[in-house]
Amino acid sequence: MIATLVVVAILVTGASGLMAVAFHRRPALGQALACAAMCLGALAGVVAAVAALLAPAAPELALPWSAPGGAFALRVDGLAAFFLFPVLIVPALGSLYGVGYFPQARLGAKAIRLQLFFGLITGSMALVVVAANAILFLAAWEVMALAGFFLVLTEHQERDAQRAAFVYLAAAHAGNLALFAMFALLGRMAGSYDFSAMAGLAAAGGAATAVVALALCGFGMKAGILPLHFWLPGAHSSAPSHVSALMSGVMLKIGVYGLLRVAGFFRAPPAAWGTAMLVLGGVSAVLGVAFALAQHDVKRLLAYHSVENIGIIAMGMGLALLGRARGDAALVFLGFAAAVLHTVNHATFKSLLFLGAGAVIHATGTRDLDHLGGLSRAMPRTAALFLVGAAAICGLPPLNGFASEWLVYLASLRTVFDVGAAPHPHIAAVAAPVLALVGGLAAACFVKVFGTIFLGHPRSHHAQHAHEASASMLAPMLVLAVVCAAIGLFPAALLPALARAAAGWSGLPLEGLGRSAAEAGNSAWRVSAVAAALIVVGLAVALLRRRLLRRPQPGAETWGCGFARPTARMQYTGSSVAGMLVGSFRWAFFPHTKVVAPHGVFPHRSMYSTYVPDTALERGIVPALSWLAQLAARARSRFLGAVQFQALLLVSGLVALLLWLAFGGVQ
Amino acid sequence: MRHLVALVAFLAFLLLSPLLLGVVNRVKAVFAGRTGAPLLQPYRDLRRLLGKQAVYSRTTTWVFRAGPVVGLAAVVAAGLLMSFGGAPALLPFPGDFILFAYLLGLGRFFTALAALDTGSSFEGMGAAREVTFASFAEPALFLCLVVLVRATGSMSLSGMLRAELPEIWHTQGPALLLAAVALLVVALAENARIPVDDPNTHLELTMIHEVMVLDHSGPDLAFIQYGASLKLFLFGALVVRLALGFPFSSTWWSLLAFLGGMALFAVVLGTIESTTARLRLIRVPQLLVAASIMGAFALVLILR
Repeated sequence: MIATLVVVAILVTGASGLMAVAFHRRPALGQALACAAMCLGALAGVVAAVAALLAPAAPELALPWSAPGGAFALRVDGLAAFFLFPVLIVPALGSLYGVGYFPQARLGAKAIRLQLFFGLITGSMALVVVAANAILFLAAWEVMALAGFFLVLTEHQERDAQRAAFVYLAAAHAGNLALFAMFALLGRMAGSYDFSAMAGLAAAGGAATAVVALALCGFGMKAGILPLHFWLPGAHSSAPSHVSALMSGVMLKIGVYGLLRVAGFFRAPPAAWGTAMLVLGGVSAVLGVAFALAQHDVKRLLAYHSVENIGIIAMGMGLALLGRARGDAALVFLGFAAAVLHTVNHATFKSLLFLGAGAVIHATGTRDLDHLGGLSRAMPRTAALFLVGAAAICGLPPLNGFASEWLVYLASLRTVFDVGAAPHPHIAAVAAPVLALVGGLAAACFVKVFGTIFLGHPRSHHAQHAHEASASMLAPMLVLAVVCAAIGLFPAALLPALARAAAGWSGLPLEGLGRSAAEAGNSAWRVSAVAAALIVVGLAVALLRRRLLRRPQPGAETWGCGFARPTARMQYTGSSVAGMLVGSFRWAFFPHTKVVAPHGVFPHRSMYSTYVPDTALERGIVPALSWLAQLAARARSRFLGAVQFQALLLVSGLVALLLWLAFGGVQ
Repeated sequence: MRHLVALVAFLAFLLLSPLLLGVVNRVKAVFAGRTGAPLLQPYRDLRRLLGKQAVYSRTTTWVFRAGPVVGLAAVVAAGLLMSFGGAPALLPFPGDFILFAYLLGLGRFFTALAALDTGSSFEGMGAAREVTFASFAEPALFLCLVVLVRATGSMSLSGMLRAELPEIWHTQGPALLLAAVALLVVALAENARIPVDDPNTHLELTMIHEVMVLDHSGPDLAFIQYGASLKLFLFGALVVRLALGFPFSSTWWSLLAFLGGMALFAVVLGTIESTTARLRLIRVPQLLVAASIMGAFALVLILR
């Protein structure tokens, strides 16, 4: 029953875009129906996920499907159920947002295409998450990857979008290749492509190591773990904002899901896997936020923050794997809960931020931070909702980002007690200070983002004529902000369900995990108590302030050390806020800087511009691939390269095969 | 009984924090050969500011008005987690120091945003410096706290700073000493004291914390100044308890001794402020990285 409901959700969301096609003559109706289908499908899926979390055993479903080695087998265990929430809720809210942001009535075919692939990617992601067979998983994965390509290419006439979509497609298929190899290996080890057969594989030996390395390549590419994140900033900034929200908030998480799923197949994984994941996560987190600090484009900046947050999730996964290597139930629970909860949390606040950024772009027509400013006057609601997202992504209490980062801290501190006693590497003890550094940098970055976009004076005429976003754009953001606050205020409520999911994932008995969940829950309730105290004290101070300042207060110009005519150009820009920190990460960047310094007593014209490209893409992937292309061009002789000769080779190969079959073939 | 002590300590934190600033200023006056303001001058300043009107820049929005309120509420909430002089905190739990650090971060976030809301480049400078130095200070703080977690076997501030801390000095002395010095540096940076920032400077270009609050006036400024003194008290409580763990059997005596220690902390702070020069701004990250390295050495010592 529950699994059937999930199938319904997959079909309804997947086909929701057809409404837009069917009613293309009445675009407003078509879009409304597509949005309604998306929301209904998501509702069905969410109900099913809640029911699956409460059910005593994971609901399963098998349908006839005649693919070689494949079976249409679905399984909604705790891990899948937790991932279903962001996978379905964020796109549903995104399609509602699209009604105001990307209206079919105005944009026509472009909007129809977008809705078609928006539905398709949602359905395929939900199918990936519940698939219990490798062939089905890969098929759904491919649909997701291709739908993503078309979504990035929505603005297909723009060169940036074309390039970003091409890089995305190449990266996605390189990742797919790794996944094919990985599942082929797994299928050989388990003797079947069913996930049920793959559970409980031994983690020793070269094959297991190869599987994990391939999973890190394939799933890591999708998740955007450094240095495989290179496709992500371009793709996320070129797509329309609700697509960016979906890709950054949800699609990356499918990579996380894959990593967790494959790690769950193995019995007692060695500590090296956890260490590798922890180190990769730490590096991604620090460098992701450092690159974010250096960006001027608000959507590229948010995309780099996804790299950072995926890093934090990977740190949680790494700690959970270390716990399994050790047989330490508490560490497994804390790491797993941190990773899964941060996945859900990041999906909410990152979507909120992308939708907020979309509202800003819609209102001003620019993505450049240093052309914005002062928008909190024209767009007070967007500003307030964006602020909730910004505080949440910095991990500030009492919002949800704090809850999951706190769990990562607890997990890393747990390793501090028995570090040195094998197999905990010493490096696990440094996870907490690294996370603190990331938190500090993220706060700096969002002070820059919020301050530059919403505060001060408008820096350009774009920003001067901004208008508040429409209700259909604000409503999804409000829902996401409420989720951020709710999880942040009551994180303890989710911990028992996370403990059950952790038991299913790790194969450890539920008692031990439940006990540590109860312990963490006790602490989490105290976090809630402090959050309540924070709110009460804040309200009391605000009331006191209101009593003291009863009359309307006089206004004045901002203090400028006696200078009475400040202009908007005198403000600190986003680049200057981040300047010192970007300077200290110079070793990781290769900034393109153009300076024309002022000369003489009456300087004529001076300028300064700086742009930080992606180091992995510009310094690694592109040079390496162009070298490879040159090499290939040299290897291709004129004779072998001729089309006629290749056709001849093809035909003779085919004839040879047919002859072989005709004279006996495979006996 | 324990709860009563905790409550009394919390009230002492709320009431005595401004006095700490009074002592620091008096020590600085003595060093400079002046008589100095009365010890209770900070209280008078607060009362004066609370009675005044406020002037708001026409550029500002609700963010500017929310800054001081959130800043003060965050520090008071952080006080619920701090253990004063060995007595347990009001709301202790494993991992509470993380919430403590992030609450202070919340206050900083809103103070910096309020500064940017004025559209002034001076306040922008202040905000940029504050968040930059905070991201260098944060790892140093956490390294020290991880050292304390390992040394004391406890994950809550109340457990780390409990009565047995003096015995741990016998076994883990070097690591704790390094951590205490690093924590002192972090405390100086977080509270905008010399050598990181000069609270009495008169040149906006060189300020950090003070320049962020240039446009605040009246009750808002009172909230900010009171919040700053509370924050100084919190860091003082951490450093004092770590450096001078008084092994008294009675909790009341140890609370009294702790308050004496806080007075000593204020004297030390005043002495540092009077005898050292302010660092150039570009040197400040180096100081904080040095504190991080000290914390890392302490971690190596304690993990070996």
